[in-house]
Amino acid sequence: MLKLDTLSKTYRVGTFGGSLLHAVSDVTLEIPDGEVVSLIGESGSGKSTIGKMILRLIKITGGKILFNGIDVGALKGDGLKAYYRHVQGVFQDPFSSYNPIFKADRVFDVVRSHFYSGVSEREWTSKVHGALEAVGLNPEHVSNKYPHQLSGGQLQRFLIARALLLDLQFLVADEIISMLDASTRIDVLNLLADLKERDLSVLFITHDLSLGYYISEQATILYRGCVVETGDTKKIYSNPLHPYTRMLMASVPRLDKKWEDVEIELRAKQDDLVPGCVYYGRCLNEGKTDRCKTDRPQLHEAEPGHQVACACPVEAA
Amino acid sequence: MSLRVEDLTVYYQTLRGDVRALESASFAMADGEIMGLAGESGCGKTTLSTSLILLVPPMKQMGGRVLLDDDELPISDVEAMNAYRFKEVSVIPQYAMNAMNPTRKIGRMASELLKSRGVDPKKALPELERRLDLVELNRKVLKMYPIELSGGMKQRMVMVLSTLMNPSLLLADEITSALDVSTQKAVARMLVEFRDREIVKSVIVITHDMSILYQIADTILIMYAGQLAEKASTKTIIHAPRHPYTKLLISSLPKVGAHHDESRLVGIPGKPPLLLDPPEGCRFRERCPEAHEACVKVPPFIEIELGHQVACWKVGGPHA
Repeated sequence: MLKLDTLSKTYRVGTFGGSLLHAVSDVTLEIPDGEVVSLIGESGSGKSTIGKMILRLIKITGGKILFNGIDVGALKGDGLKAYYRHVQGVFQDPFSSYNPIFKADRVFDVVRSHFYSGVSEREWTSKVHGALEAVGLNPEHVSNKYPHQLSGGQLQRFLIARALLLDLQFLVADEIISMLDASTRIDVLNLLADLKERDLSVLFITHDLSLGYYISEQATILYRGCVVETGDTKKIYSNPLHPYTRMLMASVPRLDKKWEDVEIELRAKQDDLVPGCVYYGRCLNEGKTDRCKTDRPQLHEAEPGHQVACACPVEAA
Repeated sequence: MSLRVEDLTVYYQTLRGDVRALESASFAMADGEIMGLAGESGCGKTTLSTSLILLVPPMKQMGGRVLLDDDELPISDVEAMNAYRFKEVSVIPQYAMNAMNPTRKIGRMASELLKSRGVDPKKALPELERRLDLVELNRKVLKMYPIELSGGMKQRMVMVLSTLMNPSLLLADEITSALDVSTQKAVARMLVEFRDREIVKSVIVITHDMSILYQIADTILIMYAGQLAEKASTKTIIHAPRHPYTKLLISSLPKVGAHHDESRLVGIPGKPPLLLDPPEGCRFRERCPEAHEACVKVPPFIEIELGHQVACWKVGGPHA
């Protein structure tokens, strides 16, 4: 299990590093074993920063990352190497993850020289073939090829296979299908869903809500480095409560509904939601109370022949 | 008819031979039509749109012609096209974010652009400002450098510049793919607004994102490996496609509300053929679940019902 405990990342920006940029602020999140959690947000929301901190690619400014109870930020040397045995990442652009001069299989050889130097050739080949088959590739078709001879989807699955060679428990999947074509996208996505059967947990970073819904049990919505809504994916999608999540839901282009219809639906939901005075959000009356928020005021007579639906009407001048 | 493309064939000439990126494409667009152009990477959608505005080597027109408002476009003649570019045909390029000159203030760049087309920038200024209001950009942007604008603002600025001369045809190449969902929605809607206000007559929106097209396009043209596969109204393409490729493509798209446990989607096995030496006949043949002997010949792109064209032997062909 991977746990983020009030995780923060601050960058120094400006000419002399005088001002601070809070990329991630106090994010607390738990990713249980065998679950896919999607991290959803727009660009600049800090979603990739979180992924990079988990992979120890950048330093943590505040808070902790705990992997099965071990503080990841403090790992060094052999400890860190053992951590990478269990935690790996796959990134957005499969084409630039490879060195075009070498054959694509080289990514496997690198794993071998670092982690499995004692393994015999035959044992290693069968291990690689096993991993390739696990990601739905035919080893005969894809081995011994250069990156440009393989499609984006195949390259991306290669990288997942590479991660599977290790004793993988946690995968950071950062926008792994946004560069792929629609026809191959879904295969990679299904593969992630299947990995759950191996008790693998995945942090699925995306800006596409429909992909998040397809793959994950839990979803977390980030806005400017803060978690604004988190929980059961189905609950968040069917009943988004944070205004930002709602805006996001209304903006996502969908194949089943037009934008106009989604907006009308959400507005209707908004009206149901407010149990109190419908004007509460825009009410400038200083006398407004918490009761206005919870109880909807009924029309009552303020003066003969003049009714008002407000618990604390403006004093007559 | 605002745009009519007849048998347009464009190859890329390379040392290893011709890359047959666009093979006898024929279609028409009505006035006020927003047409989505979709397909996998390398299917020729950008080749098609680029050849309508800037056909330069290694691209070569091998045949066919393009008519815009009943006037033939000299697409192979780079010089002669200058009379049409920006005025009749305009483009919002892919990654429009980097399309503006970083060393010029935007206002100065706009006036240089107008001067180069023989328009007095002073006369065009009121219209330019009105357009800025239309896309909800502050008029102050004219005194700013491109670097001072956010991605969505730059995208809108380029949109204003591209359409300043009220072109008849606007080509929008992947204009929303680098944007956040909320900005994406705003930009896409502005495109529709531009059409509604008759600033542009018709628009070709090139994207691989079908859901954006569902939101804004009137018709969708699907391409596969350099050939046209299907063109129909947006509703037909999404809900009742006829070409096997379109069917598979639409069914592989995840929708909000679909979870892998309940409804598992499947992709299209295989990958598109290389266009350097493409297979004879229908190029989707090898991946097509419905392929049969007739498919070794190129299927014609025929109208099976009003406004619905398909290139498949199984649909409306002699076997139907």
